[in-house]
Amino acid sequence: MRKEVLIGGFGGQGVILASVILGRAAAVYEGLHAVQTQAYGPESRGGASRAEVVISDEPIDYPKALAPDYAILLSQQAYEKYLPLVKKGGFVIVEKDLVPNRNKELEKNFKVFAVPLTEIAEETTGLSLTMNILTLGLLVKLTGIVSEGSIEKAVLDSVPKGTENINLRALKKGFELGEKLLKGEI
Amino acid sequence: MYLKPSYEIREKYLRKDMLPTIFCPGCGIGAVLQYTLRAIDDLGLNQDEIVWVSGIGCSSRVPGYVDFDGLHTTHGRALAFATGIKMANPDLKVIAFMGDGDAAAIGGNHLIHAIRRNLDVTVILINNFTYGMTGGQVAPTTPKGLKGTTAPYGSFENPFDIAELAVAAGANYVARWSVFNYLQGINSIKKALQKRGFTLVEFLSQCPISFGRRNRLKTGPELIKWYQKITVPISKAKNMSPEELEGKIVIGEFVDRDRPSLIEEYKAYKKRAKKMMGWEE
Amino acid sequence: MRYPFPVGAADFIQGDEAIARAAILAGCRFYAGYPITPASEIFEAMSLYMPLVDGVSIQMEDEIGSIAAVIGASWAGAKAMTATSGPGFSLMMENLGYAVMTETPLVLVNVQRSGPSTGQPTLAAQGDVMQAIWGTHGDHSLIVLTPATVQEAFDMTIRAFNLAEKYRTPVILLTDAEVGHMRERVYAPNPDELELVYRKLPVNEEEAKYPFGDVHGDLVPPMPIFGKGYRTYVTGLTHDERGRPKTVEAEVHEKLIKRIVAKIENNKKDIVDYETYELDDAEIVLISFGIVARSAMRAVKELRKEGIKAGLLKLNVVWPFDFELIEKIAENAERMYVAEMNLGQLYHLVKEGANGKAEVGLISRIGGEVHTPGEIVERIKNDLR
Repeated sequence: MRKEVLIGGFGGQGVILASVILGRAAAVYEGLHAVQTQAYGPESRGGASRAEVVISDEPIDYPKALAPDYAILLSQQAYEKYLPLVKKGGFVIVEKDLVPNRNKELEKNFKVFAVPLTEIAEETTGLSLTMNILTLGLLVKLTGIVSEGSIEKAVLDSVPKGTENINLRALKKGFELGEKLLKGEI
Repeated sequence: MYLKPSYEIREKYLRKDMLPTIFCPGCGIGAVLQYTLRAIDDLGLNQDEIVWVSGIGCSSRVPGYVDFDGLHTTHGRALAFATGIKMANPDLKVIAFMGDGDAAAIGGNHLIHAIRRNLDVTVILINNFTYGMTGGQVAPTTPKGLKGTTAPYGSFENPFDIAELAVAAGANYVARWSVFNYLQGINSIKKALQKRGFTLVEFLSQCPISFGRRNRLKTGPELIKWYQKITVPISKAKNMSPEELEGKIVIGEFVDRDRPSLIEEYKAYKKRAKKMMGWEE
Repeated sequence: MRYPFPVGAADFIQGDEAIARAAILAGCRFYAGYPITPASEIFEAMSLYMPLVDGVSIQMEDEIGSIAAVIGASWAGAKAMTATSGPGFSLMMENLGYAVMTETPLVLVNVQRSGPSTGQPTLAAQGDVMQAIWGTHGDHSLIVLTPATVQEAFDMTIRAFNLAEKYRTPVILLTDAEVGHMRERVYAPNPDELELVYRKLPVNEEEAKYPFGDVHGDLVPPMPIFGKGYRTYVTGLTHDERGRPKTVEAEVHEKLIKRIVAKIENNKKDIVDYETYELDDAEIVLISFGIVARSAMRAVKELRKEGIKAGLLKLNVVWPFDFELIEKIAENAERMYVAEMNLGQLYHLVKEGANGKAEVGLISRIGGEVHTPGEIVERIKNDLR
């Protein structure tokens, strides 16, 4: 069982942190093998941001995504660059408000969930910053890549002290959203 | 000060199987070595708790001749090696025996940073204005206009004043003497060895073969007489104008202070770290 | 002993972080470094941990000073390490030679980035293989380890310290920006589960007289560290068994250098480490190390699926080099390929090892991206067509 996740967006969206939390949930709390990698540029802040997580029950050879099973695309640029890489039939989560120009034809190859993630995060916690955690909740609910308990523990390990409650609220909102999407309520 | 006969010092501190030294007739390094050993002897320091460190050059051969732990390293790097020795075992006293090219040219950056950190080390600096071992090339200390094989028409660069540099970079103790000032020299080394932090005693030390010969100062005594002519005690220099000090070299104690040393600072830093992490009260 | 990170437990951390933690568990208590991408995370982790375990972490003025301080600390009795990348590695060559000549145990980590010069600071490469082995001037030998995963980076760091102490030699952990920056599951054992090696000290005054002599007949002299009353003199000049400079005597130089080389080369069996995958009946043998070995492993699986008998030799140590092993494999192979992120470095060693018994091809990639398994597969299939 090799599962590949790609997260693309821009600096400041918490792309890298989300990938680290997902990898941690798998590696530390589910005893699975996991590799997290990220694309680096010379700038310390801003610019495009991309991270990958490969999760498997066997040792992982090639550590990068070959054809992502799951993609989270948080900017127009990431959408255009990475959507064509996703495996046929894969799950794609799109930040609806930040990806105004969609390729409906290409999207037919995948299960696409387009949600105004940032807006919902802001409504839920008052902080748009929590969008990455909310999205992780959504991913976990939609795909079952790790358990809800594991991702919750990994979130608590990784977020700054004092922000645990806010982040947990975001995560649970993500679960809730996933539930509704699966039931076709949205 | 009572001065023991030289043979007693020699017997106690030199490695007989390493003699004779490589030093030329008339060289000043042996004299400065003797001052250093006398200072150690006078203070009654434990021979087994001192490490001598050096780089490359004539003066850097000294750790081989003395019966102590010694690390004869690469050109200019002695103080970086010394940083590791002292930080890894603060109980050791570290003496760095360096030349002017070694310390101020290739090792210049290590020198100023070791001083900035206030590394607990005593530097004995042999300044003979030249690269003696490699045959008399000009050094960053060569007075303007004097000759070396790489400036055969007279040096066209400004020299470093190492003692002033050490003061500016923050050393706890800095003194400069010529080899001629032996009592002052021994006393300065004694002071330096007793202090924490970075201490440096610079000696104008004659190199008749590689430096003197090219500058009409063919013998040791001629060079020593020249030192007497060009040196000015610091007390007198204070009342002299820059014009009067032109071409002179100031000797004496430049600074004597007690800023916290690297070892003291790191000890406090470890405490702070444990406190900040809640490991200690 | 309290550790500032989880032990006896798994964690999800970067390769650089794993190297720092492993070093501390191996007993390293002195680190000197200079900031450089992509190795700075090792230094930052050491800076966080060292004061808490009563060790030292210090930022030097450059990489020349960093390795110098590490050598000094080693002679003062500490297990010591520094880490760097290309430009800093080049600066360290001077004192790396000093460490070889003075038989100073230390660990030097090179988190390889793309060069020459400043190159691609954030991207991985394997362009320093030859420099790691042969970079410092003069005849010598040392040990070069090449981890491919974060767990291997951890385990090989501990092994690097053990080998450094056992053979009184510098050991290079040659990793790269991919392994250094990727996060993976790492199990850090409890300290009592670890087998740690410490340098031999002289047991009596007679032994201490010969800090560079083969007093035990195992080519590795006991190390009379400073401050114990041995009054050891250590020099980078050619020296005799007592450490006395002998700079014009050919036989002294020959004896010293041949022993320094022999203590590594004669112990090849102990030092060399490799893994094989599907090698028994392999007609096509891929040889790789570090991060690329993981692409090669995947490529072998895919080739096998297509009925091509491929196998992998993954080298965990690239020096000392097991030429005989390569020849043995070459005898049974039709074709060998070296996949590496450079224009051909390990390739030359493999070619020498293969000794004409099999054709050796190079699957080269530069520019910062690791070979994809697909491009390795394609190349081999193309050649077979």
